[in-house]
Amino acid sequence: MSLKSIYQEVILDHNRKPRNYGALRSPSHHATGHNPLCGDRIDLDINMHDGRIDEIAFRGESCAICKASSSMMTNAVKGKSFQEAEELIREFREMLVDGIEKDFDHLGRLKVLAGVRDLPTRIKCAILPWHTLHAAMNSVAGATTEADDHEDQLVANNH
Amino acid sequence: METVNVLTPAVRQTAISGMERLRADFPILGIRVEDKPLVYLDNAASSQMPQIVIDRLVRYQKTQHANIHRAVHHLSGIATQEYEAARRKLQCFISAREEREVIFTSGTTDSINLVMHGYGRKFIQEGDEIILTALEHHSNIVPWQMLAEEKGARIRVVPINDAGELLVEEYEKLFNSRTRFVGLSHVSNALGSINPIKRMIATAHQHGVPVLVDGAQAAPHLKIDVRDLDCDFYAFSAHKMCGPTGIGILYGKAHLLESMQPFKGGGDMITSVSFEKTTYNEIPYKFEAGTPPIAAAIGFGAAIDYLEQIGLDAIAAYEHELLVYASEQIRALPGVRIVGDCQNKVAVISFVMDGIHPHDVGTLLNQDGIAVRTGHHCAQPIMQRFNVAATSRASFSFYNTKKEIDTLVEGIRSVQKVFAQ
Ligand SMILES: Cc1ncc(COP(=O)(O)O)c(C=O)c1O
Repeated sequence: MSLKSIYQEVILDHNRKPRNYGALRSPSHHATGHNPLCGDRIDLDINMHDGRIDEIAFRGESCAICKASSSMMTNAVKGKSFQEAEELIREFREMLVDGIEKDFDHLGRLKVLAGVRDLPTRIKCAILPWHTLHAAMNSVAGATTEADDHEDQLVANNH
Repeated sequence: METVNVLTPAVRQTAISGMERLRADFPILGIRVEDKPLVYLDNAASSQMPQIVIDRLVRYQKTQHANIHRAVHHLSGIATQEYEAARRKLQCFISAREEREVIFTSGTTDSINLVMHGYGRKFIQEGDEIILTALEHHSNIVPWQMLAEEKGARIRVVPINDAGELLVEEYEKLFNSRTRFVGLSHVSNALGSINPIKRMIATAHQHGVPVLVDGAQAAPHLKIDVRDLDCDFYAFSAHKMCGPTGIGILYGKAHLLESMQPFKGGGDMITSVSFEKTTYNEIPYKFEAGTPPIAAAIGFGAAIDYLEQIGLDAIAAYEHELLVYASEQIRALPGVRIVGDCQNKVAVISFVMDGIHPHDVGTLLNQDGIAVRTGHHCAQPIMQRFNVAATSRASFSFYNTKKEIDTLVEGIRSVQKVFAQ
């Protein structure tokens, strides 16, 4: 799939009509994701009950790839348990960052974002919402794209 | 007020047709990106290198390399001679009075840090004030913030108007008895604005305050005369003016450089060392500790020769034509807005597009082989001033053409088409 066609299909649709866009009234969890290289910033609110994501919303200033990734992510994790969401984050990273060759069919629509792998400078845009989700679920204030190992970064952000 | 040099129409015409021939000097301009001819419009970040400079680097490595200022053998002698010849080329290039006023650094950032440590830490005290402008690159903000933090000094900022011009009257009002230093960019990297620095330097001097000029974006495009400007320090980088990375200069008035403390300690910057007492070398060596990037300095000298052969006046005139042409074309596009559209600027166009993030603009333009910079351009205060997170920036060099500008404009239209689906 060529890059332009990625832009034309799913990504532009989510960029124009982002799903779950906005804020939750009293979220149980919140985090802000920041890409210092381009100034992109997203805010993510979640309501977790009994270890399950009941509600989720995001908002922010970002490029189409980041916005589409956020929008699709919120759709994908709504109703999922903490473990299921963490598993999805891990798989999404495998697909995009680690470049592991395996079948990602079970990721469904998220698979279109695999095309971003061919744009090394834009992988961070697609991954930012996922780091932010991880941060929010683990009650860490923020996430950034500027850490190779997001676990380390999240620990650092705890201070 | 400094304006772009304007040549007579005849001279300009020859200059312009000559310019297009210069493209052949740059091997990299022949490559293809995404199977399209490269359109390189990111010159403000780093420019490309002509074959003659590449050849100079190769000749040095193949036949002239040794450490400098150290040994009595043949190669060390040649390397030292060539390194010092490069210093003299830089001296002439900026019309400095003496060659010892030219210090080789690793680039503009290093030069500014040298002044911060060497001058700032010695002469700036608690309660003192440093004036900077809203147009500065982070490299002329952060070192001064570090100093202000350390000393308890205060930073005052010269504001800009909506066109991206400094408010000179506001600048004049910032001076008081605690003002100790002014840091000022000659040309803004994010917007291209040329600042009226000669007048601003004179104002500072009326208050007895020295001025550092960040010339990273000016030296590649305008004739610089540090004696005419009467600036106290002037800094720029080779890699933005057809030279290699890792080298730049700091010009400083001799008496100021002599009064300063060294920035880095080590070999070459001393005359004698014992564990009881070390005597520092004379300027410029006092500030050139350790083995410098010798090849890069010599390559910088070759780049200066190349630019002088074309002539800075001819470069400025041709690039001004490119700027006028590109500004007209881009201004005419609906849904595109130029940020910092001021009268007196170098060939840099920062723009934003309705509903399309600069990151997406950059990625899609790259599909057409076009290289622009997108982001905050290491100048976040400017982005905040214009209330944008980022812009796309096309920055031109004398080796760009109007045809490339047409490709850019076509590219912008096609980005709009993709997003209009
Ligand atoms: C105005 C300005 N100042 C300083 C710098 C820093 O130059 P360097 O990275 O070569 O030290 C730049 C480069 O981007 C610049 O545009």
